[in-house]
Amino acid sequence: MKVNGVAHPAPGDPRRLLSDHLRHDLGLTGTHVGCEHGVCGCCTVLFDGAPIRSCLMLAVQAEGHEVTTIEGLAAPDAPLHPVQQAFHECHALQCGFCTPGFVLSVVGLLNQHPSPTAQEVEEGISGNLCRCTGYASIRRAVLRAVELSPK
Amino acid sequence: MKPPQFEYHAPATIDEACAMLASLEDAKVLAGGQSLVPLLNFRLARPAHLVDINRIPDFDRIYERDGGVAVRALARQSAVEDSALVARVCPLLASCMRLVAHRVIRNRGTVCGNLAHADPASELPAVLLALGGQVVARSARGSRIIPAVDFFTSVMQTKLAPDELLTEAWFPKSTGKFGIAEESRRHGDFALAGGVRYGDRLALFGVAPTPVLADPRDPVRGLEPSGDLEASPEFRLHLVQVLTERLFAA
Repeated sequence: MKVNGVAHPAPGDPRRLLSDHLRHDLGLTGTHVGCEHGVCGCCTVLFDGAPIRSCLMLAVQAEGHEVTTIEGLAAPDAPLHPVQQAFHECHALQCGFCTPGFVLSVVGLLNQHPSPTAQEVEEGISGNLCRCTGYASIRRAVLRAVELSPK
Repeated sequence: MKPPQFEYHAPATIDEACAMLASLEDAKVLAGGQSLVPLLNFRLARPAHLVDINRIPDFDRIYERDGGVAVRALARQSAVEDSALVARVCPLLASCMRLVAHRVIRNRGTVCGNLAHADPASELPAVLLALGGQVVARSARGSRIIPAVDFFTSVMQTKLAPDELLTEAWFPKSTGKFGIAEESRRHGDFALAGGVRYGDRLALFGVAPTPVLADPRDPVRGLEPSGDLEASPEFRLHLVQVLTERLFAA
């Protein structure tokens, strides 16, 4: 599988979840693990470009596919991705635990709806939990990301 | 490791998958995994074998058949949501997709897997039932069609035999008045109660061990919904009344 553009062999044990593979085997700890049953959204990564829950997928299933984690969204020396920049500007994070999942979900949301309505924004982030109750600023960040995204 | 031990199989064809299901003891089919993997992570399910059908090519088609729309086993819920064909032939199915979990889950979850999982609070089984749709079950023994009205037998139980693979769901063309209404704590959560209207037909979900057809004039008759932390049986019956009134007001 390719993770952030780099080819890696799949783990030998099929029981390895993609989320655990990314964190423990590849050291990509930006993918956070919260509930491990698909509710919290922290472990969201891009799978062939579309956001999925990495805790609900076996790592062996990613063989032959491309995975993008939060580390791969913008190169270390490049400007932030528009969604990251928008979260930064709008203070759309406090403790930051949920942030990688939110950012990658919003990347998917804006791919699906480049100019989302208020309802599409709310539904688009409804699958991610933020325990610092930052939803109002997260909603603002989504709209700011629309402005920052290349047309 | 969170999931329990299992042997992993990735068949390359439908026939190979069916041969595995026929010969392996205690095997489970893995499609989108959005229901099965949580069960594995919690070790509520401990199958000896997982048959992962995701490597089977061309198993994700959505196509027109017999006046309705057929959805193959690997068609993701998001693909069904975005399908122009589904929107044209079966707008009821298209309109309910946004209520099925969240888009990120729908990117991976499949319509057929959702039906085979048969959660009583899930929308798609009720949609199939309201429309009078059917599923196609395939095994090494052959193929058979199971109508929705016979398919769901109890909580997460269906007519599928252990050696059968649900290869396709078929939704009839929806032309009459339709609607779906549900109440949940959070958008995308499983519904506390919900209803699907198609013409004069009403299918309820979240209020019985399976989705059930009900009389729109007396939707709570015979219902004995369970209670839990989120809703008492009385509240669920109240929701059924209110949601039915909303669905049939138009």
